[in-house]
Amino acid sequence: MKYSAVSLFANALSGHKNWPEQFPDKAPKKEYDVIIVGGGGHGLGAAYYLAKKHGITNVAVLEKGWIGGGNTGRNTTIIRSNYLFDESAGIYDHAVDLWDGLSQELNYNVMFSKRGVLMLAHNVHDVQSFQRHVHANRLNGVDNKWLTPQQCKDFLPILDISEDRRYPVMGGALQMRAGTARHDSVAWGYARAASKLGVDIIQNCKVTGIKRGADGAVEGVETEKGYIGAKKIGVSAAGNSSVLMEMAGLRFPLESYPLQALVSEPVKPVLNCVVMSNAVHAYISQSDKGELVIGAGTDQYTSYSQRGALHIIEHTLMSICEIFPIFKRQRMLRSWGGIVDVTPDRSPIVGKTPVPGLYVNCGWGTGGFKATPGAADMLAHTIAHDAPHKINAPFNLDRFVGGRLIDEAAAAAVAH
Amino acid sequence: MFEIHCPYCDEKRPEIEFAYAGEAHIVRPNAQDQGEMSDADWSQYMFIRDNVRGEHCERWWHQHGCNMFFNAVRHTVTDKFVMTYKMGKSRPTAKQIADAKK
Ligand SMILES: Cc1cc2nc3c(=O)[nH]c(=O)nc-3n(C[C@H](O)[C@H](O)[C@H](O)COP(=O)(O)OP(=O)(O)OC[C@H]3O[C@@H](n4cnc5c(N)ncnc54)[C@H](O)[C@@H]3O)c2cc1C
Ligand SMILES: [Zn+2]
Repeated sequence: MKYSAVSLFANALSGHKNWPEQFPDKAPKKEYDVIIVGGGGHGLGAAYYLAKKHGITNVAVLEKGWIGGGNTGRNTTIIRSNYLFDESAGIYDHAVDLWDGLSQELNYNVMFSKRGVLMLAHNVHDVQSFQRHVHANRLNGVDNKWLTPQQCKDFLPILDISEDRRYPVMGGALQMRAGTARHDSVAWGYARAASKLGVDIIQNCKVTGIKRGADGAVEGVETEKGYIGAKKIGVSAAGNSSVLMEMAGLRFPLESYPLQALVSEPVKPVLNCVVMSNAVHAYISQSDKGELVIGAGTDQYTSYSQRGALHIIEHTLMSICEIFPIFKRQRMLRSWGGIVDVTPDRSPIVGKTPVPGLYVNCGWGTGGFKATPGAADMLAHTIAHDAPHKINAPFNLDRFVGGRLIDEAAAAAVAH
Repeated sequence: MFEIHCPYCDEKRPEIEFAYAGEAHIVRPNAQDQGEMSDADWSQYMFIRDNVRGEHCERWWHQHGCNMFFNAVRHTVTDKFVMTYKMGKSRPTAKQIADAKK
């Protein structure tokens, strides 16, 4: 069924009790042309683009839990593309281009809200580094502009720009094209649209092994629901990517860390944009429900536990209160953690692997939600053509041998 | 927050006294070998990690305590420490890990 104002009205008449299911629950077939491992936004999106753009519809997405239950459903939904390097501008801005028409394309409201992302500068280093970003972005045609402290305050009235603050606001970089989106809708929207084109979405189906033939190429996967054949396998398993790669005999330049977020009780609209401060180490936005959505840093150790330590979120809240004393009395409602797969240069790996027929999309670490449509599109392209698109070609695995790193780690500090 | 047993202090102390220092038992090639190494081998040393889902050998630094580095085995799904041991000791065998769990 197509969602529209008319269908909304018609279903209201029957108390919203008769909406059909969004996509059917399928048992796996014996074999597919392509298997995607991981039912997050990236994996579901890749299945959608395989079907939509490349006409490959005999596809299954295998998800060990429920779709969107990984980092897609656990992130703080910040979308922006004002990264420093040309390669990053290419892939992140491509994603923002796709975010723009996504609700219409999927006939599903992903609530992409271009409310702007304001990155605050608190010292001379910040000012120089952010201005460098603004200039680099302009050369790449990526939206980003420099604001004086007064312009920051005009844009974000609750900001205190007095000079005697411990961390005075010395300016800010504002990307107006940036903002937030509804995380769950991204997973559900892609799943529903992919399913309509013939893709099987199979939940509660953990992949436990990857089978390779005598020539080394992949032949299929072992799962909780039995063996499923496929000549092409795309892995998009975020924090568990190392585990999947090991099943194919590969070791990867990845480490998995817990990353936490938390939300406050809902309040009236008070924060009209996303605010990031690398120096004080905080980022915050307000959801449409009114909750303050706050992202913490990673824990120091690797883990798959999907939870982090209390002192990490305590530190985060201290930073938030430093920038916005107005939030000191806010009570926090919920906190949770996800497991993020971090590469040495903090840029993703999207492309082919040394194993024929095995493709990977991983290493998005703390900041891959914003890239969801772009990463999905690139993974689909790489699988369909057995070769990367020029946008994802630089994000290959070989860069860790050749040394052509895309070092956003230094450039973007910690925040994503 | 973890409570971590430092094998030098022989005491359990809160995690904030410690700094995590990555996967253990990675041997840095000596200067002479570095010159001869292939890019692929250097990449293995420099960037590639086991990133184990399960029992993981890792280094910790008792930075705000005795200032010593030591190794630990921790389960990365439960985050439970199985054992800690002094620098210089080799990677524990499966049996040593099983015994430590008893
Ligand atoms: C707290 C937090 C805040 C974040 N904030 C932001 C932000 O503000 N902006 C931003 O851009 N990014 C952010 N991120 C990062 C972002 O969430 C991720 O980069 C992105 O969602 C990754 O999408 P994905 O679809 O690849 O992964 P996921 O949604 O994690 O999907 C991977 C799926 O693979 C499944 N899987 C794993 N192993 C197997 C197996 N063996 N068999 C079958 N399935 C398997 C998992 O269950 C999971 O559903 C944040 C992350 C966290 C944790
Ligand atoms: Zn000690």
